[in-house]
Amino acid sequence: MAPLPQHATLFQRLFGNTSGKLVLGVILGAAIVVPLLNQLPESSPFHVPTFVVSLLGKYLCYALLAMAVDLVWGYCGILSLGHGAFFALGGYAMGIYLMRQIGDRGVYGHPMLPDFMVFLNWQELPWFWYGFDSFAFAMLMVVLVPGLLAFVFGWFAFRSRVTGVYLSIITQAMTYALMLAFFRNDMGFGGNNGLTDFRDILGFSLRTDGVRNGLFVASALALAGGFLICRFITTSRLGKVLYAIRDAESRARFLGYRVEYYKTFVFTVSAMLAGVAGALYVPQVGIINPGEFSPINSIEIVIWVALGGRGYLYGAIVGAVGVNMAKSYFTVAFPEIWLFFLGGLFVITTLFLPKGVVGIFSKAPSHPLPSLRALLARPAANQGTRPGDAL
Amino acid sequence: MPHKLVPLGAAMRRVACLIAVLAAFIAATGLAAASDFEAALGKLTDKSFQVKEQAIAEIATSGDERALPILSALQAGDLYFVRKDKRIVFAEKLDKGFSITDALTGEALGEVKRRAVRKVSINNRLRTALKSAIGSLELFSPDAEARLAAARSMLVAPTADALAMLDRALTAESEPSVREALETARAAVQAQTGPLDARLAAVGVMSGSMNQDVWRVLGKLVEEGGETASEDAKQVALAASAALESIESQKRFYSLLETLFFGISLGAVLLLAAVGLAITFGVMGVINMAHGEMLMLGAYTTFVVQQLMPNAIEYSLFVAIPAAFIVTGAVGILLERSVIRVLYGRPLETLLATFGVSLILQQAVRTIFSPLNQPVITPDWMSGFYEVNGALSLTYNRLYIIAFSLIVFLALLAVLRKTSLGLQMRAVTQNRKMAASMGIRTGWVDAMTFGLGSGIAGIGGVALSQLTNVGPNLGQAYIIDSFLVVVFGGVGNLWGTLVGAMTLGVVNKFIEPFTGAVIAKILVLVFIILFIQRRPRGLFALKGRAVDN
Repeated sequence: MAPLPQHATLFQRLFGNTSGKLVLGVILGAAIVVPLLNQLPESSPFHVPTFVVSLLGKYLCYALLAMAVDLVWGYCGILSLGHGAFFALGGYAMGIYLMRQIGDRGVYGHPMLPDFMVFLNWQELPWFWYGFDSFAFAMLMVVLVPGLLAFVFGWFAFRSRVTGVYLSIITQAMTYALMLAFFRNDMGFGGNNGLTDFRDILGFSLRTDGVRNGLFVASALALAGGFLICRFITTSRLGKVLYAIRDAESRARFLGYRVEYYKTFVFTVSAMLAGVAGALYVPQVGIINPGEFSPINSIEIVIWVALGGRGYLYGAIVGAVGVNMAKSYFTVAFPEIWLFFLGGLFVITTLFLPKGVVGIFSKAPSHPLPSLRALLARPAANQGTRPGDAL
Repeated sequence: MPHKLVPLGAAMRRVACLIAVLAAFIAATGLAAASDFEAALGKLTDKSFQVKEQAIAEIATSGDERALPILSALQAGDLYFVRKDKRIVFAEKLDKGFSITDALTGEALGEVKRRAVRKVSINNRLRTALKSAIGSLELFSPDAEARLAAARSMLVAPTADALAMLDRALTAESEPSVREALETARAAVQAQTGPLDARLAAVGVMSGSMNQDVWRVLGKLVEEGGETASEDAKQVALAASAALESIESQKRFYSLLETLFFGISLGAVLLLAAVGLAITFGVMGVINMAHGEMLMLGAYTTFVVQQLMPNAIEYSLFVAIPAAFIVTGAVGILLERSVIRVLYGRPLETLLATFGVSLILQQAVRTIFSPLNQPVITPDWMSGFYEVNGALSLTYNRLYIIAFSLIVFLALLAVLRKTSLGLQMRAVTQNRKMAASMGIRTGWVDAMTFGLGSGIAGIGGVALSQLTNVGPNLGQAYIIDSFLVVVFGGVGNLWGTLVGAMTLGVVNKFIEPFTGAVIAKILVLVFIILFIQRRPRGLFALKGRAVDN
């Protein structure tokens, strides 16, 4: 990313570099082209079957998730090994909404309760299921629940200056604890079966091509929106403080910045993006279960980012889509090989591609943090911004 | 069967002698007693079961040394009588007919035809009577275990003459544990019948007991003191319920002890899983996500060793321990040389790379063995339990694991403190450049340290193979726990790891009864997350400059 002028307009910041324009172009192009190709007759060589549309939509959700991780890891140096938890929480919020949409059409045909609750002999809906009949409320929860968890967790962790590996380990412990909790039937989220058998979204059947295409377009738009949000944050003055924290946390603190505010803010935003990704993921794959919380999933997300190249945003997209396409192929063609391949990717990426795939082709300067230097070179220019204003 | 019981007779002769010395009149009426015995034996040929029951009681109380073999034979269905002269005989079944021995004289009477003898038949009622009669006779068995068992069975189902039998047994008994059991049994019998004072006193004796059978007796006494019961029974019931209450509080204490024991044994498992990581992560600062797979490799080594020596499973663990150390140590050194060395100083990258290695190792195990769990055999000496009392018994495998984890821990501590390798390790950890300039081959020390940590993990894996399923996912189950233990205890401090592991184990087991296992685990995780907020460097944090590296 080329350095931006000091007083760039919002438009310049968001769209003022070629790579950003390219990324947005590709995402939005896909959002238009793929559903159109899906409309072609099946005999056409360009026809894209509906299941492929959903598969691509799934990749886009993963891409948004990876970007959320890149925002905290690539730009603020927070290696979260628990982002799968935020993703899954968003997914569960959406899943509960979809369960409410089933209404009385479940196997047991209960007017109020989902099948698994009838099965467990529950008499009434648990309180935390109330409100999810409303789509707007559910979407609010998709953002709020992961956001709140990230805010509380981040606030305590960053205020106590838990950094580096320690933070990685406790984020992992967090998602592990959530996994154990969600596996319990008593939690009221379907136990180890999770939530599934969805039928409708907003009254439209999930099985129709139209809704599938709609979800794909929504995922593409969410990814584009997420990209713009991340661009907006990372090109702002706040973003520069994030660079500073990533590269020299103590120094940033000694300069007077309240490091924990910045970290908590970016961690929360990232968790919300992950939640949105999860919410779009669930209707496209048709199930959400506690396995999504498993620590290995969260670590896998990190490797998408590492492989794609961290600190570029679009690197995360490339990594997520690339690795998952490989996964779809290998797990079907050579299921034995997949873990060898994935494990090898981890090792080779970290040993030989410290800047990821994108880093090989990127024309960015060898030192990936020009903004930090600019920041430190002009401390006076930054005195106008009071740290904490950004919050 | 009867010939096996000859030594019993010898012992009973001794007992009889003692009694004879104590009470001279028994000697005087000895002859009469002997003929009584013969008369009682004669009643066994009667058709009426009532008469036979009487006969059994008389034989049992006769004090005659021949009583036990005869009653045992009767119970086993080997006691017959000759149709002609109604002589009682032991009979051994042959192809055609029986080989018989006179029950009174022990004289062999040769073979007879099947029709010549008739079995002394018994019914269920007699079987019960026989059981308790034999039980009381076994109070005089030369085998202390048998005496103990007999005393216990007397406690559960006391016979009418139990008191006299127990008194007699008590005068002869010298083994303290058997004496104790006899006294408890005596109290239990006394509490149920007789004058009120004696019953109350007996309840008092029982009130301190940690014997489950005593609790049952007391419970019975409480039940008997219902509305319609006699005044005596009510008083006894009152005393019994007080006794039960005091026992209840003792039981609570022992169950606390038991929880503590479970906690410590869980702590020992955590320690075994984490102590290797305390070296690689704690001392070297390498985030080794493949640590769990080192445990797994250790467990698989145990499996392979057992496959190689199927006839010596009892000793397989002693072979598996060094084998696992060597195998996982070698894998660790290979890993350090090839991957980790390149990434020193980049902890997050190390984390990712070693995670990749862990995936590869898991898949390798899946491909080589199978995705299924492998059967690892537990040697016999590991099973069973040590019973402290009725409320507390400690299983041997847990005891061994606790002892083993402490041995491994102390051995590791000794290596770090007392050997030149340990000295060099500490030097390299504290100041790499200075160590290098003093002529220490830091690269070699790194490899050795990592090998040591991995090898210790392999040994931990041998222990885990005795406790959990040995499968490709074994490592994943322990990796997070291991890291939390090390981080909780304080990185770079072995004692911290010990305290951390034990604390987490005990806390977990104390929460479990209230919340169930899963919630307990979640609470412990939350507790650690919160704890790290308070003390980001763990319980025993390193102080000084080393911290900020």
